[in-house]
Amino acid sequence: MNHTKEDNMIGRKLVAFLVAGALAGLGLAPTVGAQTVVGVTATEIKIGNTNPYSGPASAYGTIGKAIGAYFKKVNDEGGINGRKINYITYDDGYAPPKTVEMVRKLVEQDQVAALFQTLGTPPNSAIHKYMNEKKVPHLFVATGATKWNDAKNFPWTMGFQPNYQTEGRVYASHVLKNHPDAKVGILYQNDDYGKDYLKGFEDGLGDAAKKMIVLKQSYEVTDPTIDSQIINLKNAGANVFFNITIPKFAVQAIKKAHDIGWKPTHYLNNVSSSLATVLKPAGLDASKGLITALYMKEVTDPQWKNDKGFMEWVAWMKKYYPEGNLEDQANGYAYNVAILMTQTLKQCGNDLSRENIMRQAANLKNLELPLLLPGIKINTSATDFAPIEQEQLAKFDGERWVTFGEIFDAFRKQ
Amino acid sequence: MDIFVQQVMSGLATGGIYASLALALVMIYQATDVVNFAQGEMAMFATYLAWSMLNAGMPYWGAFLATLAVAFVGGVVIQRVIIRPVENKPILTIVIVTLGLLVIFNSVAGWVWTYLQKPFPSPFPREPFRLGTVVFGAHDLGEIAVTLVMLVLLFLFFRFTPLGLAMRAAAQNPVSSRLAGIRVGWMLALGWGLAATFGAVAGLMVAPILTLDPNMMGGIQIYAFAAATLGGFTSPVGAVVGGFLVGIVENLVGTYVSFIGTELKLTVALAMIIVVLLVKPSGLFGRAHVRRV
Amino acid sequence: MSRRASVVLAIVVIVAAVGLPAFTSGFRLFQFTQVCIYAIALMGLNLLTGYNGQFSLGHGAFYAVGAYASAIMMDRWAVPYGWTIPAAGLVCLVVGFLFGRPALRLEGLYLALATFSLALAVPQILKYFEHWTGGSQGLVLSKPKAPWGLPLSEDAWLYYVTLFVTIIMFVIAANLVRSRVGRALMAIRDNHIAAETMGVNNALFKSVTFGVSAAYTGVAGALSAVAIAYVAPDSFNVFLSVTLLIGVVIGGLGSIWGNVLGALFIQFVPNWAQDISKAAPWAIFGIFLIGFMYVMPYGIAGALRLLWIRAVRPRVTGQGGEAVSPQVPSPSR
Repeated sequence: MNHTKEDNMIGRKLVAFLVAGALAGLGLAPTVGAQTVVGVTATEIKIGNTNPYSGPASAYGTIGKAIGAYFKKVNDEGGINGRKINYITYDDGYAPPKTVEMVRKLVEQDQVAALFQTLGTPPNSAIHKYMNEKKVPHLFVATGATKWNDAKNFPWTMGFQPNYQTEGRVYASHVLKNHPDAKVGILYQNDDYGKDYLKGFEDGLGDAAKKMIVLKQSYEVTDPTIDSQIINLKNAGANVFFNITIPKFAVQAIKKAHDIGWKPTHYLNNVSSSLATVLKPAGLDASKGLITALYMKEVTDPQWKNDKGFMEWVAWMKKYYPEGNLEDQANGYAYNVAILMTQTLKQCGNDLSRENIMRQAANLKNLELPLLLPGIKINTSATDFAPIEQEQLAKFDGERWVTFGEIFDAFRKQ
Repeated sequence: MDIFVQQVMSGLATGGIYASLALALVMIYQATDVVNFAQGEMAMFATYLAWSMLNAGMPYWGAFLATLAVAFVGGVVIQRVIIRPVENKPILTIVIVTLGLLVIFNSVAGWVWTYLQKPFPSPFPREPFRLGTVVFGAHDLGEIAVTLVMLVLLFLFFRFTPLGLAMRAAAQNPVSSRLAGIRVGWMLALGWGLAATFGAVAGLMVAPILTLDPNMMGGIQIYAFAAATLGGFTSPVGAVVGGFLVGIVENLVGTYVSFIGTELKLTVALAMIIVVLLVKPSGLFGRAHVRRV
Repeated sequence: MSRRASVVLAIVVIVAAVGLPAFTSGFRLFQFTQVCIYAIALMGLNLLTGYNGQFSLGHGAFYAVGAYASAIMMDRWAVPYGWTIPAAGLVCLVVGFLFGRPALRLEGLYLALATFSLALAVPQILKYFEHWTGGSQGLVLSKPKAPWGLPLSEDAWLYYVTLFVTIIMFVIAANLVRSRVGRALMAIRDNHIAAETMGVNNALFKSVTFGVSAAYTGVAGALSAVAIAYVAPDSFNVFLSVTLLIGVVIGGLGSIWGNVLGALFIQFVPNWAQDISKAAPWAIFGIFLIGFMYVMPYGIAGALRLLWIRAVRPRVTGQGGEAVSPQVPSPSR
């Protein structure tokens, strides 16, 4: 019958098509030739990035934009060894699945030479393995987790800022030295960032942790207020307060502690050390005596007003990123790290292979950046993949951060 | 005992924040039968307008009133221009449109004012009141009072003014209302306008505590939903009581239920709301939905 | 659409899908893998909302439970990934049924907000049980390779696995909604009292639908854990639930094909939005959302159905004067 014959033909064609499709899907594993120089031509270097331009973490998006603005300056000044930087940045909304998609697009379609400053611990965790399997430089990631300094197992990934655990340890050693019989209360954000600080601090206290810590309180980043937690910490009789909060909650914590007459020795994490967005809104009076650990010049701290590095940054902001906010420390952070990347690429000379980019990133010696605290230098080696490992304690005197004591160096201490 | 009073007090203050936005949500639900997911973001946007006015040197109360006026007009315009084309479409279609508004407001605010948080002034004194060892923040007390005033105004409006009655009628039975000579379209627009105004008040009360940023209302809207659900979406009193309850319960769970601690307090608070709903499916103060077959 | 036409359409789409790796590879294929995953999740939500009239703003929670069920089985007990997918579906079936049972008492808005609570609570719970879930750091998994020495790339293999699961899930769903059960579900949606009168056990059907819906979304979650090879609480925030709702409404409620269209939308439109503007990608996405709803208030599938009816109508005699309205559900408020 006509009908079945037709169906048969369709069937046969169908099978043929399916087989063709399946066969064509074969052998598609991309070959990353070790010798080919991907993402580099005689006139440009392609650098990829992901940042949250939308969604709940969009406040960090300014970093990705500022980096682009810095590369524009580099290009206007002739580029790096004659090559312009082609900076491609995508929005991942801080969602790991989207990061995977966008990073694969950068590596496989856009064919970038390296990935730079991808932001956030969960997003970077999602691409960590992939980048190392593909052997693409995954440089100066924007997160404070410790796992990026693992040259042995992940030779293609490198961190940037001092990690949160190290910073936690800095405070712990100060507590042990100056308040040996402290009763410590801790407020932390219930995520990777908060828990990393917490771990570093507890590790730093060592055996004393059990005895010293009287209460730990957490909050969710979606919580509106943390008043309740502060009341409990005071009630627990804490006389040392380790405050692991982002700016919005740091303001509340400082204010609330002041209002209810709780006057502990107050350690505030570096994340919230901004004068303009934290200390001023909380009240300069209430903020007096706060202790933090710094590695950067705080851009709203008046003591840097006539500092050369600071003025350079302001001039650049005005010319290349006028829509950016001059009170936003993130823009200072972006400036530092973009200069670091530029330096790394310069060091590569004419060999911009991925291997050499990694080699040069692991060969930074005593590099100073305009907005790093004086005395803090960038050092990396084949075994040390943590560029900034130094921090210095500072106390707020009601007007500015006053650094004290010597520079704490995590790498030397180990 | 002190800690208990202090925690309840602080719960009331946070609850007042939830309640103020919950009132706006209930307002719009009563007036138009729609849940507006963009309510919080509209409030945030209005607060940014106030911030700009204050920054330009306007006195606080001048900026306050101007913001409420702008919010009202904005609410009316949004209903007439953006919601109206889908007004008679399935409820989920309208919900998606309000979600569209949510992301637009959020994104545009970040674009115009940057995401960096901005301090926002409070109209109330800075120094707290002390009663024995218990401390009350002045702004907290002021914000609770403002919420209660809004509640009374809303109650009087819906109960005693012809306009309020007409609005309720228009929402509940548009066809009969139209026959009775009520201009249903404008009633709905008015509902959006009033809700936007209430939202703006909420934003202005929240910003001094949380500091202003484009994601300021995100978390609060979640709690406001919880408050309105607990109290009943058809009842302004319910929304306010719901807000206070959520605030207090959350604090007490975090303080006293030590095996849970703070890491699960949101979960516990939400679980309690669901338990309440199982007993009273329309919330504590809501009217049961009666439908004729 | 006639039965025959939809079978033909299904075959054409499947053939195109199977042949896809001939034309694309690498991350493009990965994107289509995600489309398949989303389509399954949307199918689950659509069974609940589109066919049964129950609202959910919390399907991200089931997606997360499915993903973690699969990830924990792979990570802690080294279960082969293939087995974790149906297992994750079963876990979600039970969780969904247990949640749906008490939720029966809730209607419309209250149900939506109760499920919303679930979506909010899940990330917090995931962080709490750190021993199992890896806490906020999440779990890093290994990506499966093609077995039996098949010369397929990882991406192609993963794509075919996902496509295979998608086809099975869609065939089951399509048969389900055309069966007696499906008619009962829709009867409950359109008029639950009348349905009850006709002997449909509302309570049972509704809670079972909840379970099945959760199972679909859980299977999708499990596939996503396999495809992304990483799970973390940040992957499953409230926006995931909202995204699923957007997908199902834009695609078309009460339509099987709508799920595929909705999945394409939530996968690709945000990418276009950011290509248009990095400064405010969400603003562009919001405009897309509102625009789609204006032009196609019953979703893309609803609009296509309308076009189809208009195209076919001239051949149908005697019905010229009737107004054409698409057969789409509008659950009561």
